[in-house]
Amino acid sequence: MATTERLFGKSIKRREDPRFITGRGQYVDDLKLLGMTYAAFVRSPHAHARIKSIDVAPAKAHPGVIAVFTGKDMTGVNSLPCGWDLRKAKNIPGVVQDLAMVPHMPLTSDVARHVGDPVAVVIADTQAAAIDAAEKVQVAWEPLPSVTATDKATASGAAQVHGDAPANVAFKWALGDAAATDAAFKNAAVTVKKRIVNQRLVANAMEPRACVARFDDATGDLTLWVTSQNPHVHRLLMCAFVLGIPEHKVRVIAPDVGGGFGSKIFLYNEEVVCSWASRQIKRPIRWTSSRREAYMTDAHGRDHVTDAELALSRDGKILGLRVKTTANLGAYLSTFAPAVPTFLYGTLLNGVYGIGAIHVEVTGVFTNTTAVDAYRGAGRPEACYVLERMVDAGASALKMDPAELRKKNFIPKFSGAFQTHVAVVYDSGNYLGAFEKLLGIFDYKKFRTEQEAARKEGRLLGVGFSTYIEACSIAPSKLVGALGAGAGLYESGKVRVHPTGMVSVFTGSHAHGQGHETTFAQLVADELQIPIEQVDIIHGDTGTVPFGMGTYGSRSASVGGTAIHMSLDKVKEKGKKIAAHLLEASPKDIEYVNGSFQVIGVPSKAIPFGAVALTAYVPHNYPEGLEPGLEETSFYDPSNFCFPFGAHACVVEVERETGRVKILRYVAIDDVGNVINPMIVDGMVHGGIAQGVGQALWEGAVYDDNSGQLVTGTMMDYAMPKADMLPNYETERTVTPTPVNPLGIKGAGETGTIAATPAVVNAVVDALSSLGIDHIETMPLTPARVWDLINKKKA
Amino acid sequence: MKLPVKMTINGQSHSDEVEPRLLLVHYIRETVGLTGTHVGCDTSQCGACTILVNGQAVKSCTLFAVQADGATITTIEGLAKNGDLHPIQQGFWEKHGLQCGFCTPGMIMTAHQMLERYPKPTEDQIRHQLEGNLCRCTGYHNIVKAIQWASEQMAGKK
Repeated sequence: MATTERLFGKSIKRREDPRFITGRGQYVDDLKLLGMTYAAFVRSPHAHARIKSIDVAPAKAHPGVIAVFTGKDMTGVNSLPCGWDLRKAKNIPGVVQDLAMVPHMPLTSDVARHVGDPVAVVIADTQAAAIDAAEKVQVAWEPLPSVTATDKATASGAAQVHGDAPANVAFKWALGDAAATDAAFKNAAVTVKKRIVNQRLVANAMEPRACVARFDDATGDLTLWVTSQNPHVHRLLMCAFVLGIPEHKVRVIAPDVGGGFGSKIFLYNEEVVCSWASRQIKRPIRWTSSRREAYMTDAHGRDHVTDAELALSRDGKILGLRVKTTANLGAYLSTFAPAVPTFLYGTLLNGVYGIGAIHVEVTGVFTNTTAVDAYRGAGRPEACYVLERMVDAGASALKMDPAELRKKNFIPKFSGAFQTHVAVVYDSGNYLGAFEKLLGIFDYKKFRTEQEAARKEGRLLGVGFSTYIEACSIAPSKLVGALGAGAGLYESGKVRVHPTGMVSVFTGSHAHGQGHETTFAQLVADELQIPIEQVDIIHGDTGTVPFGMGTYGSRSASVGGTAIHMSLDKVKEKGKKIAAHLLEASPKDIEYVNGSFQVIGVPSKAIPFGAVALTAYVPHNYPEGLEPGLEETSFYDPSNFCFPFGAHACVVEVERETGRVKILRYVAIDDVGNVINPMIVDGMVHGGIAQGVGQALWEGAVYDDNSGQLVTGTMMDYAMPKADMLPNYETERTVTPTPVNPLGIKGAGETGTIAATPAVVNAVVDALSSLGIDHIETMPLTPARVWDLINKKKA
Repeated sequence: MKLPVKMTINGQSHSDEVEPRLLLVHYIRETVGLTGTHVGCDTSQCGACTILVNGQAVKSCTLFAVQADGATITTIEGLAKNGDLHPIQQGFWEKHGLQCGFCTPGMIMTAHQMLERYPKPTEDQIRHQLEGNLCRCTGYHNIVKAIQWASEQMAGKK
């Protein structure tokens, strides 16, 4: 038998690319069905307004209109669920006040609570007719006072978003040891306190959300094509919670999906309304979000206002960290929302440092804004940003080099378990190792000399570090269940070996840019020692994939990949039994070598994989008691999170006259455990860094304080990073495999986003330090903001 | 009131009656049925709908279909010849210039005109020329490499 080259660790080209580079991807909006109709939504133009009446008659009379529905028509339809109920988390330290589980109806009929809140849907023969008719729906609005700013939500006199959430408080949550933290501050030689604002972002996946719902009246089956990162989760939430329809009669398909970054995890109003309406009109309905609608309705990210304090000894040991955060949740609780600023945020505040004591308090607040939920990194970037800014602020207060301060405080290299002060247990780490590699590549000493020389010429150069940690491979079901999750967070993987030896793999991990069709096939080809051409990866369809929790939290390779790995083991075990029978040997004497089952050490007594597969389906000569067929399914539930880490450095120059920040160099050392395809991991790191840089320098969703209007409501107004705004990225890795899963993979999807924002901001602050600036409260660091800071210092 | 339009798309002639307000991109996607050209925004920022109109890279959301009457159009589907990928397509594949693939058709069509104008572009030129095309996945790093790769290949063939 030919030995196949091991593919784990090889940068092979992506197998999905040929269809994309030739324009033959199949995205939801590309789908055309016989009898298709088109939906357009009528949305609130106000941030907060009572609906006095809705007159749909003029819209119904519009040519081509089939139906118009309001919330009152949707009888028997329930609220969109929030899948994370902090009230369940009573047994663990943390929750101090219950979560206000406010309703979120697919079409609101009493009050609109943010700009873009949908109140009616028009369905017509053409998209143009639907849009035209939607403008004819007459809503009598009674505008109400609104509140959008995070730090004003709980102020006395602020507009109330929900009757059931007094003072707009959604929840209060705390973690850590308050008494030990107080003591640390009492004993500290130096303390630093900073306000840190992590502004609201919009995910901006390039493909806008879309859905096609088709109800088949003859069979009672509903098929929903939707831009989803997790089609099974969409199906479960929609069937069991909102529409109350039988799950086995619903098939959810997420075909090619043009990016997600978190925003396509959640169950949204529009897909629920279209699914329900298709059952009413008995025709397929397509809805595609305009970009304007995307800004108003895709779940936003971040939006924290934090007061952080750091306690240090004179020689630079971090003694304590105290964090008080207000997290803006928007007008409604999105699917994961309460988990993001709590269990995905507070639990990461230990960072890579041996901190004496930590205490964090979070208040989640409602405002008249689009719901906030997971956006790439989800809570972890916010934690990393607070900690990395505070470490630099601490270094500045001590007049200590920020690299030195970090080195003094890193948790020493370990593998197995490190118990943090904030509940989670790290899996493995070598934080100093990554940082020293960074300093070596970057040549830190040389930079400081250059910086000094530049300062003498009046130029403002700066370097910023970010030594980050993240929790991924989400997540152990038992643990997240205790923390309030409504679901388990395992993954499934089914391996179907066909009679010819071809292999179809069904994974619950959806791909929307991650390249699973390549990386998972690399795993399978390696394990079965067969050519990769014999392997197909199938995902994104509840009709074919047994079950799946989907793709987010950098969980696909570590959790989804392990599930596939387990099924491959089962296939090989069964194959050994079949081969043993054919070879008249005992199964325990069979090994799998070079794509054949052979008697251990006897290559002449071997049966190729394909022959065993054929025997499994044509079992004329077959072991007694063994079932025919060769197909195995596994569910993998991780025993812990995995904790990737790394060290990034960013060099900037700030133009004194304009405040413009230019990135001169960006170096990233990431440790994501073992890597299946380095090219793909590098690509994800690049994109992650770009999003992190985007937050630091340009991006931000802005609401007008008075009117509650979303000012950054189009791509003209929201500053998406462009090619000429970004640098090349220098990426390197250290490799510290995780002991949590058999593949040693930690996860790589979010590292760049987590690391980059503080690296850039620290660099800008370093550049401005010679002017006496040691902190910048609010991002993005636009030229106007930086120029203003420089000029205030001059004055 | 509908108006007649006639144009050649990827070498095939198309004649239809369309509403004057129908955008060219919607004509291509919905009427002609070529869905490789994408719509990523509604303000002509994202460039996902970029096609070649009479050899010029154009955002097809900025034209009405009736304005393209008589035009010769190439979309992403028409770039590969006889099953052979264009060097730019090949470059995106070789250099991992795409992840989710949604912006890719527009990126490739923009790069097509870029390399006609600047057969050997500098990195700065490439980045500047890509100003009208947004990508959220790649951070542009590998898109730049893909276009550089294509430029070298195309120079070698001349």
